[in-house]
Amino acid sequence: MTSKYTRFDKPARAENLFLQGARVIDPRRGIDQIMNLHVRNGVLQGITSEAPAGSDVIDLRGHWITPGWFDLHVHLREPGKEVAETIATGCMAAMNGGFTGIACMPNTDPPLDDAATVKWVRSQGKPFPVEVHVIAAATRGRQGKELVEMTEIVEEGVRAFSDDGGPIKSSAVLRHAVEYSNMLGARIFEHAEDVYLAEGGSMNEGEWSTRLGVTGMPTIAEAIDVARCVLISEYTGGAVHICHVSAKESVELIRNAKQKGLRVTGEVCPHHLLLTDESCKTFDTNFKMNPPLRSESDRQACWEAFLDGTLDVYCTDHAPHSWEDKTQEFDIAPFGIVGLETALGLALTFFMEKGMGLHTLLERVVYAPREILTQPLPCIGEGEAANLTIIDPTCRWTVSPDDFKSLSRNTPFAGWELTGKSRGVIHRGFAVIQTF
Amino acid sequence: MLGLADYSSDEIQTILDTSLQMRDILDRPVKKVPTLRGVTVVNLFLENSTRTRTSFELAEKRLSADTLNFSASGSALSKGETMLDTALNIEAMKVDVVVMRHKSPGSPHFLARHLESIIINAGDGRHEHPTQALLDMLTLRDKYGSLKGLRVALVGDILHSRVAMSNIIGLKRMGAEVIVCGPSTLIPRGIERMGVEITNHLDDAIQRADALNILRIQLERQTAGLFPSLREYHKYFGVTRARLEKASSPLTILHPGPMNRGIEITSDVADSEHSVILQQVTNGVAVRMAVLYLLAGGRAEPGAQ
Ligand SMILES: [Zn+2]
Repeated sequence: MTSKYTRFDKPARAENLFLQGARVIDPRRGIDQIMNLHVRNGVLQGITSEAPAGSDVIDLRGHWITPGWFDLHVHLREPGKEVAETIATGCMAAMNGGFTGIACMPNTDPPLDDAATVKWVRSQGKPFPVEVHVIAAATRGRQGKELVEMTEIVEEGVRAFSDDGGPIKSSAVLRHAVEYSNMLGARIFEHAEDVYLAEGGSMNEGEWSTRLGVTGMPTIAEAIDVARCVLISEYTGGAVHICHVSAKESVELIRNAKQKGLRVTGEVCPHHLLLTDESCKTFDTNFKMNPPLRSESDRQACWEAFLDGTLDVYCTDHAPHSWEDKTQEFDIAPFGIVGLETALGLALTFFMEKGMGLHTLLERVVYAPREILTQPLPCIGEGEAANLTIIDPTCRWTVSPDDFKSLSRNTPFAGWELTGKSRGVIHRGFAVIQTF
Repeated sequence: MLGLADYSSDEIQTILDTSLQMRDILDRPVKKVPTLRGVTVVNLFLENSTRTRTSFELAEKRLSADTLNFSASGSALSKGETMLDTALNIEAMKVDVVVMRHKSPGSPHFLARHLESIIINAGDGRHEHPTQALLDMLTLRDKYGSLKGLRVALVGDILHSRVAMSNIIGLKRMGAEVIVCGPSTLIPRGIERMGVEITNHLDDAIQRADALNILRIQLERQTAGLFPSLREYHKYFGVTRARLEKASSPLTILHPGPMNRGIEITSDVADSEHSVILQQVTNGVAVRMAVLYLLAGGRAEPGAQ
């Protein structure tokens, strides 16, 4: 095994790579078998049993190779908060977590609300095997008043607009954003929150907020906005994607909307599937996020929706914050946790036992996010660009934030024992593969 | 002592028993013992509370501790210093005990993660105020001999009250029953999961309770839209003698102070023979002496005890 492929900051070219003996899984092509893959200049070659001359042979027996994973909801802090994350370190965290594509949210400082900024952000991912997609701001400066120049931004490849970090407060502006983006084949991603109902809150409203004396954010603060999005989607025919769904009521609204055939999609994050608001009881700010960790019944509802496809996408809401910002009083510290480097391990450790098959998981993390952004889907076959995630499904490891490639360490999963780890990614002619 | 949530009934019993010994000291002509000689206590009051701070300060002085007061105004915190830096600076000055009042819930827990000192929570936002609950329990125990089976109603703004939260935890742990009474907008969601009964009718609470602990109503809650007017509040939730007279037997009246006379409580109730409001104040010093002694006694100079 060559150590050429281990550098995250300067990924090697996938010039002549022979990946030997892995279980290759491509659900949409009906492939699930042990085979060798030969990648030449980033392109998959025909099946060969012998390693071609001069190729870098990598023994992947016991490993899985799937189409590249995609994280639809990521916050890179550049420009503005480079101390917490840069586009480059975000890409490295994505590679370390097994993602070949990410979509970053526009709530930087300044926000990503024009074509030039979008173009610049996309270009920063060029040296990496990670496509950086941008979800541009829906309104200028994320102020919720005037629409951004959507046509020009769509010409830069953007397919989604959002004021994430917060909702679009005005229903009139939300309606126009949905109508206008729909005309361009794009959609609105809504951070669903009624800001008046959630005002001043730091965690879910319920038994635990009462016990802890922390101001709560009720589930209906989220669900009321989901209802608004569903109604606007129905009225305008436009597509709306609900970000980081956490509440039982939201799930029911999205399920009903889908049954009516509306163009409403939703995503769920690992923390909302695996944790509840009881985790806040030590006032550890690594459990403070927005939307907050909810009650057990909300968690169960998210699971059902994730299994039955009501929630289409598995994403992380990767939200890096510096140690200084997180090491404050619970009500003062910012919302958000990092997620890129734990999402795959958490999925492989916990999702199968919940009844989610690997193929379904790949639907939620490989295909659905790209379909929502109307991007070509990766597939494993001769002549196709190699867009692959390499997984060691039996690797047992302990989440140790110090090992993250992200600049930030704010994870609630520190110390968790996981089974299953990404070993590398191949995409855009680059390859990064960890030695083992 | 971050909150009563961490304390067992035995531990609470010990604190209350120790408080009786401390109260004896307060009754002596010379009200001072060398028990905490050599122990340094910082009163870190990042939210104003003259009452609680005075009570702690007196308790510290009665036990001969060295005390230092630190308040929010004029400190580096008002200049943007983080709480962590403030805490680390205090620690570097080699103190033994930090008595802390802060508006953020969980701030003593935060401090305890970063300091070696003993932390005593003197009120963290709307979370807990353990020594207040202890003094309320001591006052009730004085009167009834035991807290077991006693029925206590907390009346007023339960949502924003750390006094209510600590009282619920402490009283339940000691075998008392707790009723919370107030307008529905001031009853926090999920509180029934703490094992309390809820009523929105004061007469109902008065009918069933042995004692009323009347909480201060903050005037700004009205402008926040949580109830329509102070007039309406007083009419439906104000404790008056006329309402109390409907009870089959007289109720003991507690109030953590400071009182809004004529709003949550009328003067004829506050000053009545069934009011133990001033005993609460005396017991406050005794309880705080007991807590300081039990937590920091081991750090005193040899021979000081
Ligand atoms: Zn969001």
